[in-house]
Amino acid sequence: MTDAVKPNVETTLVNLTIDNVPVSVPKGTLVVDAAKRIGIDIPVFCYHPKLEPVGMCRMCLVDIGLPAVNRETGKVETDKQGRPVINFGRALQTGCTVEVAEGMVVVGYTEKVQKARQDVLEFLLTSHPLDCPICDKGGECPLQNLTMAHGRSDSRFIFDEKIKLAKHVPLGEMIFLDRERCIQCARCTRFQDEIADDPVIGFEARGRSLQIVTYSEPGFDSIWSGNTTDICPVGALTTTDFRFGARPWELQASASLCTHCPVGCNTTLNTRREAKAGGEMVVKRVMPRQNEEVNEIWLCDKGRFAHHYAAKDDGRLTGPLVRRDGKLVAATWEKALALVAEKFEGAGKGLVTLAGGKLTNEDLYNLAGLAKARGGKALLDSRMAGGDLTAQVGLSTGSNLADLGKGDAALVVACDLEEEAPLWWLRVKQAAERGATVIVANPRRTKLERHAAFTLRYEYGHEAALVTALVGSFSPKRADLPAAVQALIRDKDVKDAGQAIAGAKDLIVFYGSEGTGLAESAALARACANLLIGTGHIGRPNNGLVAVWDKANAQGGWDMGLRPSADLAADLGAAKAAYIVAADPAGDSPALAEAVKAAGFVVVQDIRLSATAELADVVLPAAAFTERDGTFTSGERRVQRLHPAVPAYAGLRGDFAVTAQIAARLGVAQEKRLATGVFNQIAASVPAYAGLTSAALSEVREQWPVIGRGDVYYGGTTYDNKQGLGVQLPVSGDSPALTFEQPAEPAKFKGLKAVPVTRLYDRGTTVTPSAVLHPRLPGAFIALSVEDADKMKIEPGQKVQATLNGVTVEVEAHIDNSLAQGVVLAPRSFGLAIEGPCEITVKK
Amino acid sequence: MSTVKGSHILLRHRDNPALSTFEGYIKDGGFKTWKQVVTRMTPEAVVNEVFDSGLRGRGGAGFPTGLKWRFIDKNNWPHYVVVNADESEPGTFKDREIMESNPWQFLEGVMLTAYAVNANVAYIYLRGEFWMLAAELDKQIARLRKEKLLGMKLFGTDYELELHTHLGAGAYICGEETALLESLEGKLGQPRLRPPFPPSFGLYGKPTIVNNVETLANVPLIIEKGAKWYRKFGTEKSPGTKIFSLSGRVAKPGNYELPLGTTYGDLIMTHGGGIPEGRKIKAIMSAGASSTLIVADDKALATPMDYESVPALGAQLGSASIIVIDETVDLKWLVDKTVHFFNHESCGKCTPCREGTYWMNNITQRILHGEAEQKDVDLLKDVAMNMKGKCLCALGEFATEAVVSSIERFPKDFKIKAGAKTIAGELKVMHD
Ligand SMILES: Cc1cc2nc3c(=O)[nH]c(=O)nc-3n(C[C@H](O)[C@H](O)[C@H](O)COP(=O)(O)O)c2cc1C
Ligand code: SF4
Ligand code: SF4
Ligand code: SF4
Ligand code: FES
Repeated sequence: MTDAVKPNVETTLVNLTIDNVPVSVPKGTLVVDAAKRIGIDIPVFCYHPKLEPVGMCRMCLVDIGLPAVNRETGKVETDKQGRPVINFGRALQTGCTVEVAEGMVVVGYTEKVQKARQDVLEFLLTSHPLDCPICDKGGECPLQNLTMAHGRSDSRFIFDEKIKLAKHVPLGEMIFLDRERCIQCARCTRFQDEIADDPVIGFEARGRSLQIVTYSEPGFDSIWSGNTTDICPVGALTTTDFRFGARPWELQASASLCTHCPVGCNTTLNTRREAKAGGEMVVKRVMPRQNEEVNEIWLCDKGRFAHHYAAKDDGRLTGPLVRRDGKLVAATWEKALALVAEKFEGAGKGLVTLAGGKLTNEDLYNLAGLAKARGGKALLDSRMAGGDLTAQVGLSTGSNLADLGKGDAALVVACDLEEEAPLWWLRVKQAAERGATVIVANPRRTKLERHAAFTLRYEYGHEAALVTALVGSFSPKRADLPAAVQALIRDKDVKDAGQAIAGAKDLIVFYGSEGTGLAESAALARACANLLIGTGHIGRPNNGLVAVWDKANAQGGWDMGLRPSADLAADLGAAKAAYIVAADPAGDSPALAEAVKAAGFVVVQDIRLSATAELADVVLPAAAFTERDGTFTSGERRVQRLHPAVPAYAGLRGDFAVTAQIAARLGVAQEKRLATGVFNQIAASVPAYAGLTSAALSEVREQWPVIGRGDVYYGGTTYDNKQGLGVQLPVSGDSPALTFEQPAEPAKFKGLKAVPVTRLYDRGTTVTPSAVLHPRLPGAFIALSVEDADKMKIEPGQKVQATLNGVTVEVEAHIDNSLAQGVVLAPRSFGLAIEGPCEITVKK
Repeated sequence: MSTVKGSHILLRHRDNPALSTFEGYIKDGGFKTWKQVVTRMTPEAVVNEVFDSGLRGRGGAGFPTGLKWRFIDKNNWPHYVVVNADESEPGTFKDREIMESNPWQFLEGVMLTAYAVNANVAYIYLRGEFWMLAAELDKQIARLRKEKLLGMKLFGTDYELELHTHLGAGAYICGEETALLESLEGKLGQPRLRPPFPPSFGLYGKPTIVNNVETLANVPLIIEKGAKWYRKFGTEKSPGTKIFSLSGRVAKPGNYELPLGTTYGDLIMTHGGGIPEGRKIKAIMSAGASSTLIVADDKALATPMDYESVPALGAQLGSASIIVIDETVDLKWLVDKTVHFFNHESCGKCTPCREGTYWMNNITQRILHGEAEQKDVDLLKDVAMNMKGKCLCALGEFATEAVVSSIERFPKDFKIKAGAKTIAGELKVMHD
């Protein structure tokens, strides 16, 4: 990105004309971008507005003139009419590498320039296979489009002399390279170097043999790989998921959201009616939808590829099931709902609802409403706390991570940000590149550290102590702080980081769930809030607390009044009736499975038959996120809307509607027809959402860079955002008092201590149905410190028996040399029974 | 005092072979200048002397050396000096002779340059095939270290200097200074966008002076004897001597160090002994494969070889590698040969050169093998013309020079006779 398009940069304007149209743009703007701003297309291949220019493809050649300056007077020379004399260079220049200058004259319509475009295209096509009819990019291909616009009508190159190269080269399991189609523009390699910071692909050899290769093992080892297929200007890079799957012009586009993490990336679902799906509409691919305040034009590979769990395959529930003689059998909606209502009625205050964090605000609102009306419990399936604090001191309206720069700071604590919320990693990294001070506090090494000004290590369990120490480093000495905090305050890096935080213009604190359970998370969130309050970094845009939630809509869950359970097993076990929606406690942990079995009457509502559903008395099916309307609230407290892309199975509705039907039978009136109806109720009753309308969520503003579908040559195949950028909620304004709760000392264990960590590619129910990701899903594993592995004589990759909370699983042993002795990493959603720090025994 | 005979400033070893040994060089006054400079002269004074000498880069572009040194960014540190010893231009073999036979003068030149631009490290980037030379240079650098002419606290001052050699992997493009820097950094050798130029953004993004071997070998004598003395050789605008690498159809090929401004006729006919077997001269390539073909008429032979006069012939002095072409050479063959070279050496970074050299080579092959029609000659020229002015670096431009100039200036060679048989076989015997 050039300085000119970076926000947060002081800018002086420069005046020039492009094709006789006067334009003023910030100093440092490149000629192609200046033209783009006034709607003039200078064709490009290698240039991309998000990448550093390289000037390789030569497609953007234009005539550039500068005012003649008199050597003696230093004044611009003028002709008889008083117009400035313009000197044009002998050769054309690449508009993608030349910065604008005062008085510059750029011309693109002359024969010379038009001829140059034709020539460059002719050169490109000499080596190009022109297999458009079977090319995935056909229909949305810059090379096709620009050839139509500027190319010759004949071919002077002898077809038989065309170079023949490999056409199906797997760079990794997810991305294929067609060497014949590659036009050597280096967009993919620059994306990996500059944006993803995973320089795992590059050029090899030279001349016409110059080709893209991967350096990593496994190939193209990056969670960002899919983006290269969007910005590749030809069909050289394709995804395993989509290649040869459909033609772009057959696809319909629906605005949606990624539901995998709290970032809330804007997506477009491309769908097609398909014979092999019995004439049903099918989601063919997930594409990024531009939102410069959220995901820009990118998606991580999980967001792009892990959509198959919503597909209409054999695993989907299509009708209600009721347990009869110990077996789940099909039942009518009427029968199933009547039974559920009867049992809930009987349960009275003993109704426990457990809601998954992937549900929409509307679902959560109705669920919480039902529980509240019945005097029952409304629980959120999450192991993180602090949703009340983020509502008070979270990011407020008008915040944009792209605004963080020099003088600002971001603290990321107890979080492997790239694994927990990839796009935030990317945006915080960019903030660091713009000069923001990034402080990473984590007990082990994470990728964000490469961009950190301060890397702070602490012992697992001391995350709240670390943050309290940061507060302590600039506030008056307090003798009553625990020893762990006192010790951390004396650390020079902690002190310096504390100073940087205190002095930052804007500060955003991200806290994740590295090594924490609910109790630790609560202490951490509280400490982070203290830090923000203590340094006055609240109540303003680009300041505040961001929870890197374990579920995409956990924030919405808190806002709708649901709370995580401090003891879910106890709560479920004691339930007279349990209503479990889009959550799979039994699948998550054997202890919770026992609790589900102990519950009185169990209703599970989901899209697939989960482990918990197998134990249920009644199973109710619901429409998947691809089939319905609704809103999500991201970790940045942005309310965004998703739209149905494919029709649901007959009779299936969004979760809110199923809940409303149960509620109706219990005499509780709830909106059951339209999600927007529920949304209006939310706007009327939840203070932070007051006054929100669907129309407001659908508002769009002009975004820079301008990337529309017609501009695939410029920005790639990302969709432009016509369906709404969402609305960031205001903070409540009632700043909580600075309260120094003493961070508790972490529990000590006799043996090894296991701590839960999050991996982007886990073995949870939303990832495993996507076969395309399978080669990249690790098996169950634990990570040991070098010392412990040595002591137990365990080799990396060796299979061991790990016992947590009484459950033994065979796992592969990894070794992490940044881990402290005595600590074992246990990833979530890999079948290990871990909710928070606990004891682990490892046997060979 | 260093002894200079005739016009041998760089090829002094031809008059005094002992110069190739450390002892012999010292005996001739070698490294006295080095000590003098480090202990008594300011870096600016060294730059000024070189600037005043009018020395111009011998790597091809002829850029004034002192001016380049003045451009080094003084607000960004450290500074580097990188010696371009890639010498890959076909027909160029001058740097090799300097490094092989007069290495100490060359090294002293590198050292003086480093001092002049406040660099504490200099790299000598050699083409991969020069591995034996690099091994010798390594020994010589070790000797200099031992003699305390390199290293920390030189002559008791705070100045320190280290030299390193680095071998390329055999790509012509790595002679282009920014591709060279990429390669030196361990990356794929492809030219960078310019600007910024190396004096502000060079090795590892730091201010860097890149100079050719021959350029720097001049420096010790310029500093020792002064700019005025140096200007006694050559012409007003092209002062000094130049090593002309003479090859092709000439009786006595080899390196000739002569004052700039010597005529082609003098070099080829007098020093080079003319064309063997009484054949007639047909054309001259003035700068290796990267040249246009000059029609070798009387006017051309009377043209002085300097930076100003050669362009009047529609050619460039370049690295001054003169390849003589006699009347028996069919330019179809020659053009195919040069195009093949550039097709092989194009780095592939930019479209016109990557695709154009490949395409041109297809056509020259067809022409050479008698499979072409007259319109293929027109196409060949058109492809070359379409490349012109569009490439990212000069290699792409070089690739078109021989093509366009041959077709334009020697149309007879490109007349395709209907039904003409292949001439390739016949030529093979003559040239392989
Ligand atoms: C394709 C290409 C190849 C080049 N090869 C060489 C080379 O082999 N040796 C060299 O000294 N300069 C070479 N140059 C010139 C260098 O880019 C650069 O101008 C030179 O090293 C500067 O040194 P000078 O100012 O001392 O001449 C080449 C340039 C181009 C475009
Ligand atoms: S694979 Fe695509 S993006 Fe990468 S260099 Fe080739 S054409 Fe460009
Ligand atoms: S970063 Fe998060 S929201 Fe965005 S695509 Fe990835 S998983 Fe989805
Ligand atoms: S002109 Fe040729 S050598 Fe130079 S950058 Fe372009 S492809 Fe590479
Ligand atoms: S050179 Fe400018 S777009 Fe490729």
